[in-house]
Amino acid sequence: MSVFEELRHLLKKNIREYGMYIALAVIIIAFGIMTDGLFVSARNISTLLNQTGYIMVLAVGMTIIIVCKHIDLSVGFLAGFTGAVAAILMTKHGVSEWLVIPIVMVFGLLVGLLNGFMVGKLGIPSYVVSLAGMFIWRGLLLLVTQETGTIIVPNKGFNAIGNGFIPDIVPDSDVHILTLIIGVAGIAIFIINSVRSRQNKIKYQFEVLSMPLFVIKLVFISIIIGGITWILASYNGLSWTVVICLAVVMIYHFITQRTSLGRHIYAVGGNDSAAQLAGINVRKITYIIFGSMSMLAAVSGILFTSRLQSATTTAGTLFELDAIASAFVGGASANGGVGKVTGSIVGALVMSALTNGMNLMGVDISYQYAIRGAVLILAVFFDVQTRKRGK
Amino acid sequence: MESYILEMRNISKEFPGVKALDNVNFKVKKGEIHCLVGENGAGKSTLMKVLSGVYPYGTYEGDILIDGIVQKYSGIADSERAGIAIIYQELALVPEMTVYDNIFLGHEITKGISIDENETIQKANEVLRKVGLKVNPSTKIKDLGVGSQQLIEIAKALSKNVKILILDEPTAALNEIDSQNLLNLIRELKKQGVTSIMISHKLKEVISIADTITVLRDGKTICSMDATANQITENEIIKHMVGREIDNIYPKRSNVKMGDVTLEIKNWNVFDPNVGRQILHNINLKVRKGEIVGISGLVGAGRTELAMSIFGNTRGYKINGELYVNGKKQFFTHPRYALEAGLAYVTEDRKGDGLILIQDIKRNISLANLKKISKFGVINENEEIRIANDYKRSMNIKAPSVEQIVGNLSGGNQQKVSLCKSLFVFPNILILDEPTRGIDVGAKYEIYTIMNRLVEEGMSIIMISSDLLEVIGMSDRIYVMAEGRVTGEIDAKDASEHRIMEMATI
Repeated sequence: MSVFEELRHLLKKNIREYGMYIALAVIIIAFGIMTDGLFVSARNISTLLNQTGYIMVLAVGMTIIIVCKHIDLSVGFLAGFTGAVAAILMTKHGVSEWLVIPIVMVFGLLVGLLNGFMVGKLGIPSYVVSLAGMFIWRGLLLLVTQETGTIIVPNKGFNAIGNGFIPDIVPDSDVHILTLIIGVAGIAIFIINSVRSRQNKIKYQFEVLSMPLFVIKLVFISIIIGGITWILASYNGLSWTVVICLAVVMIYHFITQRTSLGRHIYAVGGNDSAAQLAGINVRKITYIIFGSMSMLAAVSGILFTSRLQSATTTAGTLFELDAIASAFVGGASANGGVGKVTGSIVGALVMSALTNGMNLMGVDISYQYAIRGAVLILAVFFDVQTRKRGK
Repeated sequence: MESYILEMRNISKEFPGVKALDNVNFKVKKGEIHCLVGENGAGKSTLMKVLSGVYPYGTYEGDILIDGIVQKYSGIADSERAGIAIIYQELALVPEMTVYDNIFLGHEITKGISIDENETIQKANEVLRKVGLKVNPSTKIKDLGVGSQQLIEIAKALSKNVKILILDEPTAALNEIDSQNLLNLIRELKKQGVTSIMISHKLKEVISIADTITVLRDGKTICSMDATANQITENEIIKHMVGREIDNIYPKRSNVKMGDVTLEIKNWNVFDPNVGRQILHNINLKVRKGEIVGISGLVGAGRTELAMSIFGNTRGYKINGELYVNGKKQFFTHPRYALEAGLAYVTEDRKGDGLILIQDIKRNISLANLKKISKFGVINENEEIRIANDYKRSMNIKAPSVEQIVGNLSGGNQQKVSLCKSLFVFPNILILDEPTRGIDVGAKYEIYTIMNRLVEEGMSIIMISSDLLEVIGMSDRIYVMAEGRVTGEIDAKDASEHRIMEMATI
């Protein structure tokens, strides 16, 4: 089999997964051309990633909720409310930001466990539980902000989360050296891992990619990581938002793809009664996914509040729907059991690249919504089609 | 010349990579009962889907003729108009709707734009009488048993003035009595001029009811036998189905020496709060090491409920009684404790609660014992593939690789995957619930061989089965259940179909 044939076979087999990456690449190139390079400028890419951060974090949590055939509509206003609570704790009670962050995260976790209890133990549909949550958190957000209106957060450390960048080891250089080092380290880790995994497969006498294709794959992905690193490094370097998002994605990707817990989540989503008979505690999984979701909502609230450097009365509006759309664009299935966190991240990037690109082009906001809606339908249609053909 | 109501000429149908039908010829005489048999994957269902318009004209090669006229269906609606009605194995009724609404679903009787309820009920009563079902047409479907539901499907077909009735495994989920009723009804319909095509794995039934038997194998017509003129034997049919002779359907096992009692239940009483009554009464039962114990009885006798109440009580029953597993008194509140104690359960409903159909073979096999292949909760996927490959080989699972999605496998192969999943927890007591339901003769034989191997290795097996011959052929000892009670216990040597049925119908 020639390398070309093998590549074609590989693309065909994984068309569903690669489709999204290709779509994202097409969007980036198209906007790059239409805005005369403005879209792909270092400054814009950096802004784009920082703007998407709080949605990406929600999309990660939403993915495993959707995989388990649930939905969580409450996370938008929960993020808004936890952001406001964080702001109040810092401004009115003088609590340090390093204490505030774990406090609201634990608060989010507890809220999520309560959701899990109502869904898993009491048997109330997640749609209803989270719709109720949406009302409740919206009300509470208004309640805590109505006296003061917008709460300005003066804490520099806190605001750096949404606006700041990691410090550089070499001050006043043209490019951000630490970002470059991290990027190179990332490429090295990626290559070492890939080689090790390939050797392991060979030890088991399993089929592996042919050597030329394997090298092509390594080079291709290394170039992408390197390119992004270079773009970021030539501006202000890695932002704290990107660091946090990367950490969340890596943790969740690892858990869902490599651990027993991940398997249990996909099993419950694929067929809950079969999962139960296989000894899996379905209720526990429900607690975990809702707990994690609301905890990530708190993280999202922190990111958003920090980005605006203030808590507002309408913070969090429609976040949940953006997160759900990201997950569906990213290949999650409403029938459960299917969807990856990396897919949802790409989905979130596709959606916010569209917004960002259209903003740069001066497209009216009314058209923007309609176009994003159309993209959502198209993405899911493509997904459904490729899945049908797979059968 | 005899008149054929239906002729299918040189039908070929290809799916990507598979030729499902290869020049099939299939002729049905007017007013006969024609049985279509063959192993799973032989192409029976595909052929019927071509006939009923699921695969429209143009997606297959060949011609369909009804009363000598070529038919070109673009969908199911066309074939229905031509008088063809198909009743699938999985019933297509809406549980929350009434009997009469279901019967006339899709061709409602209306007065103006509103539904004429009185007329509907009256017409429903007429067709219900034809199928001999005495139910109030205002009953909801979910409140009826499978047997009655099956009859309602037929009533639904009759209400559309059916000429050719296709039944896909109509008795697969029915007990003996309901099956007999259904077969009698098909004979009755024949007298009224309805032509029936029946797909079935139950060869006894086929022989008793068929006028003509057509055998398919690997997408080809093997033969069409006239069953009215000659006495056809099961062996003959099997020979055509598998292409070789299987001299003994139930393989002999070497003399296994039986050991200690591994599982015992005493005075086991189970109350089901969902239905508000006691469903199991005072059950006493035991199994030894190296023994296959059969549990026979009619559907609804409480056999699956017994298994579920032992295996982690997932249905929330209230249980009173004693359970001993490997000499230790136990009570399992979740399947995982039962699994830990050495028990495994292979469900009767492999699609419903056995397998995760959208996942691949390896993930299904490893699901119940991920601990075995992981370190600190991280799964070694290479090890997983290796183990799955081992099982695939030893169980003869027919699939291109262990990465094949389970939903795309045939029933027999799915059953093997389901069995592998339970074996991978290395149980010493295995409960098999209807292990060979809906799978073909060849796969059945393989499952029986595996069961023999397992008891020879020292496992205890409890086999729940509605197939009397299977229970007699495979068990060492048989418990018969009826209405939530154990009504008899006999040695397999002394068992006969007749004796078991007597105990099962108290």
